[in-house]
Amino acid sequence: MQLTSRSKRVSNKKLSLGERLYLPAIVGGLGITIKHFFKKKATIQYPEEQRPMSSVYRGLHVLKRDEVGRERCTACGLCAVACPAEAISMIAAERQPGEEHLYREEKYAAVYEINMLRCIFCGLCEEACPKSAIYLQSDKLAPSFFSRADVIYGKDRLVQSMETITSAKSLKSGLTTSDRYVDKVWKDGKY
Amino acid sequence: MEVYFFIAKAVIILLIFGVTLLIATYSTYAERKVAAFIQDRLGPNRAGPWGLLQPIADAGKMFFKEDFIPANASKWLFIAGPSIAMLTACMTSAVVPFGGSLDLSFLGIEELVPIQGIDINIGILFVFGLVSLGVYGVMIGGWASNNKFSLLGAIRAASQNISYELAMSLSIIAIIMMTGSLSISQIVADQDSFYKWNVWRQPIGFIIFITCAFAECNRTPFDLPECETELIGGYHTEYSSMKLGFYLFAEYINMFVSSAVISALYFGGYHFPGESLLAGVLPEGALGHNLLTLIGVGVFFSKILFFIFFFMWVRWTIARFRYDQLMNLGWKSLIPLSIANILVTGVVILLLNN
Repeated sequence: MQLTSRSKRVSNKKLSLGERLYLPAIVGGLGITIKHFFKKKATIQYPEEQRPMSSVYRGLHVLKRDEVGRERCTACGLCAVACPAEAISMIAAERQPGEEHLYREEKYAAVYEINMLRCIFCGLCEEACPKSAIYLQSDKLAPSFFSRADVIYGKDRLVQSMETITSAKSLKSGLTTSDRYVDKVWKDGKY
Repeated sequence: MEVYFFIAKAVIILLIFGVTLLIATYSTYAERKVAAFIQDRLGPNRAGPWGLLQPIADAGKMFFKEDFIPANASKWLFIAGPSIAMLTACMTSAVVPFGGSLDLSFLGIEELVPIQGIDINIGILFVFGLVSLGVYGVMIGGWASNNKFSLLGAIRAASQNISYELAMSLSIIAIIMMTGSLSISQIVADQDSFYKWNVWRQPIGFIIFITCAFAECNRTPFDLPECETELIGGYHTEYSSMKLGFYLFAEYINMFVSSAVISALYFGGYHFPGESLLAGVLPEGALGHNLLTLIGVGVFFSKILFFIFFFMWVRWTIARFRYDQLMNLGWKSLIPLSIANILVTGVVILLLNN
């Protein structure tokens, strides 16, 4: 009974003299291997050459600043709640007078930590954030670690550096549709 | 004058030895490159330009590894194994003629100095003798390790080499009958024009010989003694550091020598098509003679390199034989075939001479 269309009847017929000589088959095989010898190689020379990454790739996190360099995060804790791996923890603090150029809202995250061993890079924190503060960058991977202390990323390594705020690349990386919407709303002053 | 002759000879012997080791060293690199290219990869390319320093890095690694001798191994035989393998491998290149002769009359040497370690009149027997001694290296090493897998590999190596040596020697007898000499330089001198190359006159003998050469070198498809998938490396399972290095290195030297012997016996050695035409163009006297010899050496080495490449090319093409297939091929096909080849050759020689 034929169970599948891919089944093949096995034949146990004796090999012919030509087949028993091996040599024609070996010459055929040598032809195949020499063709591969001159083929273009598939290797990507990693540190020098890098494969382009998808624009929707979820890589290393970044805590965004706004156009004038103020931190967007208000330590509301929604990302920590959304996180299925419980990788995010934070301590909130109140903005003091004179710190308006540093933090956008009256409340900010004094401590913001992501445990990179727990993080599963699902991107739910990004979706949960009402202030467009946290993003998973599409062009940056979380590096490998050599000690346990390296694993917990604090604000020193998460907050976007001031130099990248105005550069075109940083605007592009990590900007989702909702982010663009929020930015537009913020610019139009209708929030 | 005698003194100069000996000095010239010593220089040539040292050169041959050095070149043998150099080519064996870079065969390890070439093996990895060829393997990579055939598998659509790039191979080692980080140590030096195009990875050319890779063999040196590998040698450094080998030297710094722990030189371990298992507790229950027979200590002296364990050391003797790789030493014998290396020694016999290095000795074989002594009788291979790498070129014609050099005219060094400007140094006061009247005799022509042949580019050959030593031209003994039983060159082929010398090669076969050393090749069969090489089995002892593998056998002793595998047995002395006191390990089941090593012993299995050693037994396989011994039985395989003994079986294939028969067919190999029988396939050579046809050539010896045609040339009438056991000296390799005589056999090379006999193939002085393109259509007289032994590969045209002895095609079946050539196929038998190259098959047996693969088996003697323990190369794929006959690498049963060291098949890492079944025997974890076979006879050198217990070896580490430079002892392992010696075994691996001996294999590459054997490959080089086999390639040299194949090109000398079947592909005209240092002869090349158009040699007599070139000899007419080159200036008369010592300079022309030496130039022709050097071109011949270059041609011989390109033939050797091609066969080394061929060894590697075959390695990444054909899968390993099963043990019974190996024995069937050796005893039931190659030996009867080579005996038939001898008979046919004898009949043809008789008919041509009458």
